[in-house]
Amino acid sequence: MVDFGFGLVPSSRINLDLFDSEKYEQLAEMEPDVRICMACGSCTAVCTAGKFVPTSLREAIEDIKNAKPDKALQMLESCQLCGKCSMVCPRGINTRHLILSISKVYSEK
Amino acid sequence: MKNNILIIGGGPAGLEASAQLQRMGYNVILIERSAKLGGHLAQWDRLFPDRVPADEVLGGLLRATEGVKCFTDTDIRAINRLDKSYNVRLTNGITVLSDAVLVASGFDLFNAVRKEEYGYGIYNQVMTNADLEAYFKTGEDKRIENPRKIGFVHCVGSRDEKSGCRSCSKVCCATAVKQAIEMKQAFPQAEVFCFYMDLRLFGRHYEDLYLEAQKEYGVRFIRGRVAEVSENYDGTLLVKAEDTVASKPLKITLDLLVLMAGMRPSASVKELGEHLGMMVEEDGYFAVRSGIAAGQRSPQPGIFLAGAATGPKTLPETLADARAAAMEIDRYLTEIFPDAKNYKQLVKERW
Amino acid sequence: MIYEGKQKIWSEYQKEIPDDHYFYVRSCIRQSFFPASEATFLDITRNALGKDIFETEHHTTCGGIAYHSDTIPQETVMTIIARQFALMAKHGYENYVCSCITSFGLYCETMETWREYPELEAKIRENLWRSCKLEFAKPKFLVHASDLIYKYRNLIAAQAVRKLVNVHTGEPLKVVEHIGCHYSKMFPSKGVGGAEYPYVLVGMIEAWGGEIVDYPERRHCCGFGFRQYFIKGNRGYSLSNTHKKFESMEPFKPDLIITNCPGCPYFLDRWQYVIAESTGKTYGQDGHGIPALTYEEVAGLVMGYDPWDLGLQTHQVGVEPLLDKMGVEYDPAKKYLGMNGKDLGAPAPCSCLK
Repeated sequence: MVDFGFGLVPSSRINLDLFDSEKYEQLAEMEPDVRICMACGSCTAVCTAGKFVPTSLREAIEDIKNAKPDKALQMLESCQLCGKCSMVCPRGINTRHLILSISKVYSEK
Repeated sequence: MKNNILIIGGGPAGLEASAQLQRMGYNVILIERSAKLGGHLAQWDRLFPDRVPADEVLGGLLRATEGVKCFTDTDIRAINRLDKSYNVRLTNGITVLSDAVLVASGFDLFNAVRKEEYGYGIYNQVMTNADLEAYFKTGEDKRIENPRKIGFVHCVGSRDEKSGCRSCSKVCCATAVKQAIEMKQAFPQAEVFCFYMDLRLFGRHYEDLYLEAQKEYGVRFIRGRVAEVSENYDGTLLVKAEDTVASKPLKITLDLLVLMAGMRPSASVKELGEHLGMMVEEDGYFAVRSGIAAGQRSPQPGIFLAGAATGPKTLPETLADARAAAMEIDRYLTEIFPDAKNYKQLVKERW
Repeated sequence: MIYEGKQKIWSEYQKEIPDDHYFYVRSCIRQSFFPASEATFLDITRNALGKDIFETEHHTTCGGIAYHSDTIPQETVMTIIARQFALMAKHGYENYVCSCITSFGLYCETMETWREYPELEAKIRENLWRSCKLEFAKPKFLVHASDLIYKYRNLIAAQAVRKLVNVHTGEPLKVVEHIGCHYSKMFPSKGVGGAEYPYVLVGMIEAWGGEIVDYPERRHCCGFGFRQYFIKGNRGYSLSNTHKKFESMEPFKPDLIITNCPGCPYFLDRWQYVIAESTGKTYGQDGHGIPALTYEEVAGLVMGYDPWDLGLQTHQVGVEPLLDKMGVEYDPAKKYLGMNGKDLGAPAPCSCLK
């Protein structure tokens, strides 16, 4: 193989064809609230950890739906389970249970 | 003496106004360009938010108009303003002397072919909201054969200046959510995606419909306008959009794409406007007299407007508009029209 | 795919292309990338079809490469263009045909800008007078050279000695068409067929017997992008764009790519070599690449020109499989002979790409 000093650049595009619906259904069965997020961002706005380390439940849900579960887990790694997000969620999502469910389902490889 | 009232357009607005005015004792003449009464409602299967059959609603409207003189396949040939009334020659040879005219000319669906990048009429698996309603009615469409992945594109020909339409069509968001649920009911194994810019679910029960689509049917809502569609080797569609919440471009392979064609002013507006000497606004819809309280009065004394002739409306809004127009017409024909001596002065003061 | 749907769109994007009498301007880079393409254009239009196509050695670059690389101001570019228009007027022509897509886009952009800002046109008029003592007239018709070959496609078909058909199977060749971005993406109405479903090259392929391959990434840029290629650090990104196109067209098994831009055939050709040599992936049959030709080269092939006279040996991807399919006779020994039979020397063989 020849080294030209440059090569193919990986695509950063979301590929929804890679979405694992089986695993997602597993999560939705455990915590159906994952389906009703409107991506309003209230949870992230009040997140204790998010001001210091990248932490966002809104983004984690988005990442799961966009076939990037590893990124979702990273987004929740520093969560302190303080529960502030559950207070502000307009749709009353059980955020603590959702966070724990995401970690459970997607940590299993 | 019974006043003659000409109603132009046999859709929901025209039908509802006819029924109301007839009940008030007026002599109503309803004309419709096409062969059938009912307008777009006659093409639709079920209606948001409660998914009631369109046939039932239309049936009720039609029953209430019994006794109204209806001329289908009929247009206006010429119209002359006399002192107070209008002398209208119809294309069926009949001439009507009408004391008031109600324009209920409705809307046309945006021609989705014009959004070239979506490939409607070019790619086999692209259809419109109207095509899908026709499928729900007949159960037949060669594009629909157990689709596993279905996309809905909101705002096709709405909020799109390049397509000549800056405004929102009001009904497409709720229709898309309704149709997404219906497709999920028909094909429970399918994954359904809605591509939207803003979800405008403003009406009563609309938000419930949205929540139901997410919660009960797992419909995925992606904030981003579909920008390009292509056909893959196997006939499936490659769809590109940005997930603007994630700030990343996105691609997905779909078996079926449904375009939510929006409302455009009826093609008849231009001709009607010329016949009636009525102003059309920049958006292509008729202008009401002036201001927020003008209601259903046109700038011309004795000519009224109802329904989508003055911009996109939902069905309940259209029906309410038609009833209001009937009230306005009644007020005009009782308070202004009969006073031959002071007619001009009254028009000046009260029109 | 519903062919009638495309025909409807094509019928809406038809521009007026005069039949004859053109002032011709060349491209800066095409003459070295595809040395015989412009000569073939002139030979076909003048000698085979008897058209009046005038050119003068006094015309220069349009300045497009510098403009798109952001190294010269727009007013300078416009003055260069005004000078070309002055030469056209001086020689008594009203129809302007250019060989380059970048130029075509820039001419369209300039004329459109002048239409919207007449005071800028007046300023350029003054610039040109002060710098060159010349006065210009705007072309009555501005076309790209591929528009003209499109216009003449049936005349060329009538004189053709062969079709874009596989002589062994009798099947039409599968052809991918690639339009330069600046042909119609900026001004869809200025391109034959518009920008979403351009017809200019499709029309040629249909007239010459080939079958068009419509693949998902057909509208995607070839990856040239000026600055994206010029700077080595950006080249991986340029390469990735081309790679995306090839991955998308691969399932359709195209025999040939036809293009109308200076940069596109170059990158669609050379990057196949880089992809093959750096990843091992090839897109043609049996380790070959997919030949990427200019429309003049394809016209020359159907009209019976010798492939080496058309300069096909300067392509990185070997054209021999295509010539064999089309039944074109050629002498392999003469592939690398220059003018007067001078041996130019064969390039070093590739390790992956046949």
